[in-house]
Amino acid sequence: MGNYLGSTPQQQQEMLRTIGLKNMSDLYQDIPKEMIIKNLAIPAGKSEFEVRRILEKMGKKNKVFSSIFRGAGAYNHYIPAIVKQISAKEEFMTSYTPYQPEISQGLLQSIFEYQTMICEITGMDATNASVYDGATAAAEAINMCLEKKRLKVLISETTNPMTIQTALTYFSSREIEFVMIPEKDGLTDLSVLKEKLDDTSACFIVQQPNYYGGIEPVEVIAEMVHEAKAKFIMSVNPVASTVLKTAGEVEADIAVGDSQPFGIPLAFGGPYIGFIATKEKMIRKLPGRIAGETVDEAGDRAFVLTLQAREQHIRREKAASNICSNQALCALTNAVYMSTMGARGIQEVAEQCYSKAHYLLDGLTQIKGVKRTNDSPFFHEFVTTFPVANEVVLAKLEEHDILGGYPTEQGLLWCVTEMNTKEQIDEVVALVKEACGQ
Amino acid sequence: MKLIFERSVEGYYNEMISPCDVPTTALPEEMKRQKELHLPSLPQPEISRHYTELADATFGINNGFYPLGSCTMKYNPKINDEMATYPAFASIHPLQPEHTVQGSLEVFTMTEMLLKEITGMNAITFQPAAGAHGEFTSLLMIKAYHKKHGQPQRNKIIVPDSAHGTNPASVAMTGMITVNIPSDNYGCVDIEALRAAVGEDTAGLMLTNPNTAGIFDKNILEITKIVHDAGGLNYYDGANLNAIMGVARPGDMGFDIIHLNLHKTFSTPHGGGGPGSGAVGCKSLLKPFLPDYYPVKKGAEIGFTRPVNSIGLVKGFYGQFSVFLRALTYILFLGSEGISSASKSAVLNANYMLHELKDIFEVPYGESCMHEFVISLDKLKKETGVTALDIAKGILDHHMYPPTMYFPLTVPEALMVEPPETESKERMDDAIAVYRKLYEDAHKNPEAFHEYPLHAQIHRVDEVRAARHPIVRYDFALENNE
Repeated sequence: MGNYLGSTPQQQQEMLRTIGLKNMSDLYQDIPKEMIIKNLAIPAGKSEFEVRRILEKMGKKNKVFSSIFRGAGAYNHYIPAIVKQISAKEEFMTSYTPYQPEISQGLLQSIFEYQTMICEITGMDATNASVYDGATAAAEAINMCLEKKRLKVLISETTNPMTIQTALTYFSSREIEFVMIPEKDGLTDLSVLKEKLDDTSACFIVQQPNYYGGIEPVEVIAEMVHEAKAKFIMSVNPVASTVLKTAGEVEADIAVGDSQPFGIPLAFGGPYIGFIATKEKMIRKLPGRIAGETVDEAGDRAFVLTLQAREQHIRREKAASNICSNQALCALTNAVYMSTMGARGIQEVAEQCYSKAHYLLDGLTQIKGVKRTNDSPFFHEFVTTFPVANEVVLAKLEEHDILGGYPTEQGLLWCVTEMNTKEQIDEVVALVKEACGQ
Repeated sequence: MKLIFERSVEGYYNEMISPCDVPTTALPEEMKRQKELHLPSLPQPEISRHYTELADATFGINNGFYPLGSCTMKYNPKINDEMATYPAFASIHPLQPEHTVQGSLEVFTMTEMLLKEITGMNAITFQPAAGAHGEFTSLLMIKAYHKKHGQPQRNKIIVPDSAHGTNPASVAMTGMITVNIPSDNYGCVDIEALRAAVGEDTAGLMLTNPNTAGIFDKNILEITKIVHDAGGLNYYDGANLNAIMGVARPGDMGFDIIHLNLHKTFSTPHGGGGPGSGAVGCKSLLKPFLPDYYPVKKGAEIGFTRPVNSIGLVKGFYGQFSVFLRALTYILFLGSEGISSASKSAVLNANYMLHELKDIFEVPYGESCMHEFVISLDKLKKETGVTALDIAKGILDHHMYPPTMYFPLTVPEALMVEPPETESKERMDDAIAVYRKLYEDAHKNPEAFHEYPLHAQIHRVDEVRAARHPIVRYDFALENNE
């Protein structure tokens, strides 16, 4: 039997004697007898060695692809060794939310630094200590925009379907009207957007680059949304945001997104990390924890969790959100990633994503019958169709240990990052050609 | 400590990725970011030192006694972390074809099987990201259940006044209404108040048992029956499950749905505030309402399904995978006896500390407890002016994390102590001695307390200033003006 008990059986006996009890079961006199379980029907405890063997065996049932050409919300980027080592430091890994600032300055400062970096990436004034993921960040952002007379939420259909579905679930039991703005040629249909925006619109959400990889004309959209006096929420890929016009530059009201690309492993979908950044004027509407700078009684710089009057432990049912936990360790990981790569490093990653995705598209469209579904400008994802079924293409690639594009209604959604070498891209093109019978 | 931006020197580039090996394509000028991107720029050794300095100024579980009530700060086993970073799990894309992720899917079904037995539930979803997210998910399921059964008018959730703040906040997010009911002298549910509160509009009850005072509510079967008889459902807030794992099961107490904090009870790290994992378990009657992507065995393979009346997705993908993989590692290691022995030992620890402190501190909820207990410093404050906050700050000078302060809200000057099973007798004896000494000092020299802590990283902070003039990011313009 394994355990992590702090005291020996002898010490436990001693403690029992001290409190005047005979055995451990006496501790549960308040629980009705019929409720006490006799035997917990799970397997007996095992040695650490045995546990490792079981789990490693389980892991072997997974297929680890040697190259990945799939994104759709989870992105394969290089994670520097230092990022993994620092985020595994025990103090960061095991501490609680920094309620006691006097012994949590390191953690609080790391959050403050993370907040600064996210503001820089998005071009916004303020952000919080993180939220669960990109999809929930979008839902929380919607909540920030709702007003008594503005309860209509417009979302572009070019947004990641999981973000849309999460937002719908979040507000499913409230009187909020959702309006989907359709896609046209790979981008949001602006004529429909213009038509649907009115004085009951709370906000419009668009993803940049969008789910299909397209670069949306966000400046035009921002103007359109603001003309209706609604709020503009931009869901951004943080890598793309280092080279594309930022949410701040186009005067978006809120920038959200998932910063998994900044040093967080794919890990079958989580934990990832959501960010939510906004302009100064909406700072008090942010949900969750926020680290702020202040001074201590000696007048020295100090950091503390601030603006707590918004939060559930103070406001209970009147709180801005129910959020208690965030993704602090992932935020730290993001910060170490951004510090290691620096502006130049991340922009290099972004530029490589862009160049390599375009290189793959060029190669694929040389194949007879392979077409991109639209001509919109794109970042590192795009959709193609084939003269053969998607499954045929994917099976061919899988045989060669390559995870191909993600099958969507439109076709295969490809993603290329700095991790994909020229050699790998050329191999994909050759294999697809073969799969297409050429 | 300097901020990482203050340590930055322009021009460093850490060579992490290879140069581009395909012809470069330039981004169209009109789409380009114009604003300069300020990120740190410093050599790797300096980055390493910076974060070591920050880590040194952070108090983790391994830095000392950590009896934070309601938070279950138990030791985070190292094997859990190794399994979570094992490449066969860590490098799997969430959208790989199902036949290539059978190992990951087995993590779901095996963890579910084990937790079903521990909690007495019939199905578990791992999608919720944290405890509060699990509450929200559960409430949406309760609401959907009533709607499906033709009773959409059931929109009131009964919450005892001693509950965690997340309970009423989660209720508000679902558009339902919180009905607060008072607790009795032991922090338990006031049965008469509950009877008076239930009715045709009752959607459910949210309860944690043991409650936030660390007391097991003896009337639990009567409580859940009152709610069931009125047509409502019972929700179990798993915040305090560490008291009763392997001893008693929420499923046998009349609860229909529960959330678990895997980052408390099942030893996964708190990470300085997250990521957690708020798995939700339910009885069969609520199973059709579970969130999307519920893994089930289809023949020889495991695959995701959408439950027939699913509330939908509550986040992207399927949950905090590496977190519940850690929980699985923990449960496999402990096994049947280890799980119950963990809870029993936690309860023993709490009772031992309570016993050694109750002669001097007020104990509003009696002389025995479950895995945590509450002391009130109200009398001490009246006698000496020293508050719960002052005592907590005094504890900091002894290299210990203080108990949870001012919770539950129903007890004045409360300190809530939870010494989990991984704390040793020696550590507790040290803490007992410190608490007792501070109590004596408070009578001898109360003035000194307002200065505490003396030996921490900083003195007490000006929180009012932080909130009035929020500075939540570093200002690079300031740097340039200097």
